[in-house]
Amino acid sequence: MSVLVNASSKIICQGITGSQGTFHTEQCIEYGTQIVGGVTPGRGGQEHLGVPVFNSVIEAKENIEFEVSMIFVPPKFATDAIMAAIEAEVELIVCITEGIPVQDMIEIKASLKNSSSVLLGPNCPGIITPDESKIGIMPGFIHQKGSIGIISRSGTLTYEAVHQTTKYGLGQSTCIGIGGDPIKGLNFIDCLELFESDTETQGIVLVGEIGGSDEEKAAEYIKEHVTKPVVAYIAGVSAPPGKRMGHAGAIVTGKEGTADSKYEALQEAGVHTVESPALIGEKMKSVLS
Amino acid sequence: MNLHEFQSKELFLNAGIPILKGAVAASAVKAKSIAEQLGGDTWVIKAQVHAGGRGKAGGVKITNNIDEVESIASSMLGSRLITKQTDQNGLPIDCVYVECGTEIRSEFYLSLLIDRAKESWTFIASSEGGMDIEVVADETPNKILKYTVNPIDGLSEAELSHMATELGFMNETTIEFIDITTKLFLLAKKTDANLIEINPLIIDTTNHLIALDSKITIDSNALFRQEVLTHYKDPNQENALEVKATNNDLSYVSLDGDIACMVNGAGLAMATMDLIKLHGGEPANFLDVGGGATTERVKVAFEIIMENPNVKGILINIFGGIVRCDVIASGITEALKESKIDIPIVVRLEGTNVDLAKDMLAEAGAQIIPADDLTDAAIKIVTSVKGS
Repeated sequence: MSVLVNASSKIICQGITGSQGTFHTEQCIEYGTQIVGGVTPGRGGQEHLGVPVFNSVIEAKENIEFEVSMIFVPPKFATDAIMAAIEAEVELIVCITEGIPVQDMIEIKASLKNSSSVLLGPNCPGIITPDESKIGIMPGFIHQKGSIGIISRSGTLTYEAVHQTTKYGLGQSTCIGIGGDPIKGLNFIDCLELFESDTETQGIVLVGEIGGSDEEKAAEYIKEHVTKPVVAYIAGVSAPPGKRMGHAGAIVTGKEGTADSKYEALQEAGVHTVESPALIGEKMKSVLS
Repeated sequence: MNLHEFQSKELFLNAGIPILKGAVAASAVKAKSIAEQLGGDTWVIKAQVHAGGRGKAGGVKITNNIDEVESIASSMLGSRLITKQTDQNGLPIDCVYVECGTEIRSEFYLSLLIDRAKESWTFIASSEGGMDIEVVADETPNKILKYTVNPIDGLSEAELSHMATELGFMNETTIEFIDITTKLFLLAKKTDANLIEINPLIIDTTNHLIALDSKITIDSNALFRQEVLTHYKDPNQENALEVKATNNDLSYVSLDGDIACMVNGAGLAMATMDLIKLHGGEPANFLDVGGGATTERVKVAFEIIMENPNVKGILINIFGGIVRCDVIASGITEALKESKIDIPIVVRLEGTNVDLAKDMLAEAGAQIIPADDLTDAAIKIVTSVKGS
């Protein structure tokens, strides 16, 4: 088992003919992901990377079967791309694009409330179930099929967690990059729920960062509903308040969003926290043994 | 992106939100001539900087003497204003806003912001106007009123009216309050504002609501569709190195320490700072060179890092994902050839072709210290900087 995606997942790429879309779709295909088509308005009828290209998500839906859409569209057009995927009732929409205006995300979230679609991202590395399906920009080779579910707000920090769990022989069930934007699709709680009910997952790594209160909410949820061990690291203990640290969502505003507050909430919920990202794998290994 | 008060007020004026008459001046002579044009017998001279807490820091002065308008403006212009929201260097006062004075009957707080937890817009209001709203929220949370807009249904007049009643407004003032809040909402949507704050919103002696101050922050992600507002950008109010980094598509934040970092990815960049601190050092900056750490980007990153005179050592931490480590190593080697950097550089690389990369770096310069992992890298840079 795994969560959200597996070997039988069929995926299209919105923005497949662009340079980013082309590069990363190629990498996904190489990993073994079932990419079955792509969407680029005006390029319908063509073939790209060996799969058919359609003018719209709806048109793709009418012609081929798929459950997932991976979006590599520049920020200017990404909102429309997500909306188009929601309208076409795509089950899982994975938006890699960074730089979507936050007001658009309010509207997207409102649209998602009345739909069956699930959004991952934006501004995220994507999702991978090792040896089965890689949907996003993560380097496939560092992953190893295994028992740890990883949820992270940061791309490269996810890779650290993956690298370490691989090194300690634990491997990963599924890794979900939820993204660094303040308003986003799937959040920690949604993913915790998925991993808690996944039989393959034995432990969960949660990588958070400063800004907002999602980690605090996750802590509350863990306390009530999660029985599997959770190891957490929060980036940004040394970040000054009021400064945006790269990610749009990584900012301490007033007293809200500090790493200390998140650590405190997680520890209170019985989560095994580590103060260094270098200790994630080691900690998980010792918790599980 | 932060706007100045005078820019925010220009937007208020166009949106029909009541403000006092005023204009911006970059010289003391101009400030006086504005005061003359405004007429009346009281003028307020306000330093235009991107920071709150101006009043207590001497950045807002009131006078009844028109000659004093010139002398006050003259003393403000060209100086730097240090408030509790700035660093110890303060921010330059390049212009002042000259405004008519007014009698105040009562002061309130009103803001509209993107509420990330509620995933919508939230209005915040309080009868404690003119105060630091975080202090009010801390000490008297019952005096903070909130209304989150339902993103599907839109603005509710009933909710705004309720908020007005809670603030103690009656009849005409309630109507004015609903009008102002509605216009604020439209303005926020139109300009992609993350935050619009009026502190204080006042009732004058004729019982009308007026926005006495105005602060607007625009979503930087939305600047592609807010072309007019990009002209409001004032790089003088920002850290020069941060501006240079932004212009080169790098994400950089200046800090007080002496160990510079160059990292790919925002999360790992923060984590690297944390590690330096954890092992007894102080980070000099946050720097994300992005996913494609090309030679050009690494070069500019070195330039920016070395412009900070406090830097005594550099920690390069790259998790080479799809980009190969040897490509990154050649970027570092090239960049080092051109710049004369003689401080210790600890390099931690992980990913494809890492061994080849390490060999390349070993030949690149004597000041390069290879590290095996995150912890090793942090310890090595802290030790080298302390030893030097």
